[in-house]
Amino acid sequence: MLSAKQFHEMAATVTPAGSVVAKPRSLWSDARRRFVRNKAALISLCLLLLIAAACVVGPWLLPHAFDSADWDAMSTGPSLKNTHFWGTDEAGRDLLVRCLIGGRISLTVGLLATLASVSLGIAWGATAGFLGGKVDAVMMRIVDMMYAIPYLLIAILLVTILGREFYLVVITITVFSWMDMARVVRGQTLSLRSMEYVEAARAMGVSTTRIIFGHIVPNLLGVVVIYTTVTVPGVILTESVLSFLGLGIQEPMTSWGVLIQDGAKVMEVSPWILLFPAAMLSVTLYCFNFIGDGMRDALDPKER
Amino acid sequence: MSLTAPLLTVRDLKVHFEMKGESIWPWAASRWLKAVDGVSFDISPGETLGIVGESGCGKSTLARAMLNLIPATSGRIVWQGQELRGAGPQVWQSVRKSVQMIFQDPLASLDPRMTIGQIIAEPLRTHYPKMAGAEVMQKVRSMMEQVGLTEQQINRYPHEFSGGQCQRIGIARALVMEPKLVICDEPVSALDVSIQAQIINLLMELQSRMGLALVFIAHDLAVVKHISQRVMVMYLGRTMELATKQAIYQDPCHPYTQALLSAIPTPDPRRERHKKLQLLQGDLPSPINPPSGCIFRTRCPKAAARCAEQRPELRALNADTQVACDIV
Amino acid sequence: MALIEVNKLSVQFQTPDGVLTAVNDISFSLNRGQTLGIVGESGSGKSQTVLAMMGLLAINGAASGQALFDGQDLLTLPATALNRIRGNRVAMIFQDPMTSLNPYLTVERQMTEVLEFHKGLTRASARVRSVQALDAVKIPEAARRLDMYPHEFSGGMRQRVMIAMALLCEPEVLIADEPTTALDVTVQAQIIALLRDLQRDFGTAIVMITHDLGVVAGLCDEVMVLYGGRVMEQGCAESIFYHPSHPYTVGLLGAIPRLHQGEQSLVAIPGAPPNMAQLPPGCPFSERCTLADRHCVQTRPALAPGQPGSDGQAGVLRACHKTTIEVLHHARELGV
Repeated sequence: MLSAKQFHEMAATVTPAGSVVAKPRSLWSDARRRFVRNKAALISLCLLLLIAAACVVGPWLLPHAFDSADWDAMSTGPSLKNTHFWGTDEAGRDLLVRCLIGGRISLTVGLLATLASVSLGIAWGATAGFLGGKVDAVMMRIVDMMYAIPYLLIAILLVTILGREFYLVVITITVFSWMDMARVVRGQTLSLRSMEYVEAARAMGVSTTRIIFGHIVPNLLGVVVIYTTVTVPGVILTESVLSFLGLGIQEPMTSWGVLIQDGAKVMEVSPWILLFPAAMLSVTLYCFNFIGDGMRDALDPKER
Repeated sequence: MSLTAPLLTVRDLKVHFEMKGESIWPWAASRWLKAVDGVSFDISPGETLGIVGESGCGKSTLARAMLNLIPATSGRIVWQGQELRGAGPQVWQSVRKSVQMIFQDPLASLDPRMTIGQIIAEPLRTHYPKMAGAEVMQKVRSMMEQVGLTEQQINRYPHEFSGGQCQRIGIARALVMEPKLVICDEPVSALDVSIQAQIINLLMELQSRMGLALVFIAHDLAVVKHISQRVMVMYLGRTMELATKQAIYQDPCHPYTQALLSAIPTPDPRRERHKKLQLLQGDLPSPINPPSGCIFRTRCPKAAARCAEQRPELRALNADTQVACDIV
Repeated sequence: MALIEVNKLSVQFQTPDGVLTAVNDISFSLNRGQTLGIVGESGSGKSQTVLAMMGLLAINGAASGQALFDGQDLLTLPATALNRIRGNRVAMIFQDPMTSLNPYLTVERQMTEVLEFHKGLTRASARVRSVQALDAVKIPEAARRLDMYPHEFSGGMRQRVMIAMALLCEPEVLIADEPTTALDVTVQAQIIALLRDLQRDFGTAIVMITHDLGVVAGLCDEVMVLYGGRVMEQGCAESIFYHPSHPYTVGLLGAIPRLHQGEQSLVAIPGAPPNMAQLPPGCPFSERCTLADRHCVQTRPALAPGQPGSDGQAGVLRACHKTTIEVLHHARELGV
């Protein structure tokens, strides 16, 4: 039994047994555990990875090239016999390969444009939200102006003037997709700004930049991830719309939007030319949505 | 009173907030919320000043003004002879090496995405960016040990710890720079009673070991009793009484201090049943429209007519006590 | 017959990590006009006990045991019968008055609603009763304030409004869940004085849940000390405060900073509040108890009457393997 003196001494330095945890559990590993428990999200993630893998690797494994015309099989339906598993289009090009190549483009544009718009949105929103006052007002008014501009008009203008290069499509889409993220990040920053650990950082003398990028942004990432999974489908759709209107990727390179446009023209006669690319696009978008839902639930701090 | 020069001198500090946008007319004069309205005190090296007051008394605002987290409107803050109020960011940055703060909510004051090793190392990385990583880690480990945490916990995240442990992390973070003054803003209010005692004992031990001066802010006079040498009682932004520990607990002079002391429930049934409570009438007045003269007069059991005329200044009643009251 | 009789009340929650037992085997009884103080820190289960009695548990919680109010078991009553008792014969006030009052309704509407439902009064006569209730809790200008919204009141006033609402139907039991924790010390003193007066005037039995032993000392006749969902010590206030016979009570009393004691240093209980999902098989306090040994950790001590000491501590129930003498000796060593 301890003496009173030992009791007093112990009380100041004893660490409780309950604190010895097996391994460090960051909030991310908690989130990962919860995400994995969500069946829909997990299946969507696997499916998405499968589609991405197919788009990357598939065209090398398949016998046909995406732009070579097979004169013996023009506009034929899907069949196993003549290795055109998904059929061909009116120019005799294998639809499966074209869908996969189109997937490469759509997914790449989607990811690049998303990455660019997310980075811009975070930097813009976090700075505006943290600095507040006039800076915030000016920056947010710029965002409002961007919303007001009809993007299709500008897209047509840009494409007409500058041509239909791949990087231009990415830039055009980025320019009109970063505002949502900026707004969301700004809102989160406003609430994070008054958190006690931010105040503690200020009391310590941490510089403003370091507070924004070292304290605020890491704590935004949860929301950012969720919104990113929502942005990607939007970006892919935008690219599809642009391509559908003839403003996107140039021939013979293709994307899902282009394929859908082509398919729509001959919908009544050769429905598979529309159905397969449309199905791929839809499945991809669904996957992103389920993953987004799963991430939101996984990152919800109340679900501890 | 210590004979050495005070570390920190605060004279007539005021923190007023302008209530903008209350009127639709741009030329209408705006009203002012006087959160801190003329507070003065000194802190000597190694001593603890307890600041006590209820909600709305301005003690938290005062703490933040002392560190320039909220800019003070007027008054003087003198740190080791150097005037701080209105000084530029470089001056404050160098002061922050020696003046640190511990916050009320232990978990909220720690960034949930950083490990506690990173949290405790942050002040060192901010002020001594050229310090070698190994040296930083060594200081962090030594500090963790001093506050009662084990080395194995260095890579854990704040949410894995209990409230009391989080407060230990906060203390480690504040002390890793070996400051001369630590401002503790209600550091034990959010903790269970049994843990409060641990943290108070820890602070006292570290204070004597490191020679720290402390400003200990609380809403409970009983809590500051053990740790403070002098106590300041605030009400609605003003000091009511500033006295040594013995003076304030044995012979409180200001009616507000007396009411506060009598209101504290003690775990002693016989004493509680027979206690003569000095209940205060009425409600806290608005800090935007404070009463004229003595700010406490609307609730004071001893208020007289002259209390409304002139604001009583803090004057020394004897060697141990300063009080802001014209009646006593 | 006692007004309230609780027998072996337990509360369990279904969580994704398994079953969590928040309250384990709590029994107590309360007579008319008596006050019981339930004391404990975080995780002690004190709030869940009364929430179970009032049928206010979260959806994944289940209560077992018995909670008899005037002979009826509150735990098994159908919702309609329970509703006739709640607010009418057993009233409850909560910790945070801001979130317990509906910010969209005037105080008058919230109070008259209670009377209309339970007593069948008309709006006009309910209004009259409400003004009387506000007067009883010493709210100045009651008639004018009745038409105000909750946000127009200060914290202390809001808590008085809650008390007034609770007392509208002249309940036989008032359950107060940490009613003064969020209030300033001077306001707290007023509220406790008010509760004492109301108890004296109306003979209401009060169950006061708090972590503040000082509040209990001022108000309660009987005290129950909880830790980790179990009763550690239970008995009359005099015995618990002056002759604590459980190491946890000793620790708690020693940890409270006292105004009227000399230069005693604070006694700190080592460790941290219990992790309710990982309690030891024996006494839940054994992890932090300086008197504990292996037996304490392995075997749970039963709640049994303490050995009456020379001061006659009859009526104290304690759950500890160590003898009362050992604990009293320990207390004296610590200066409690």
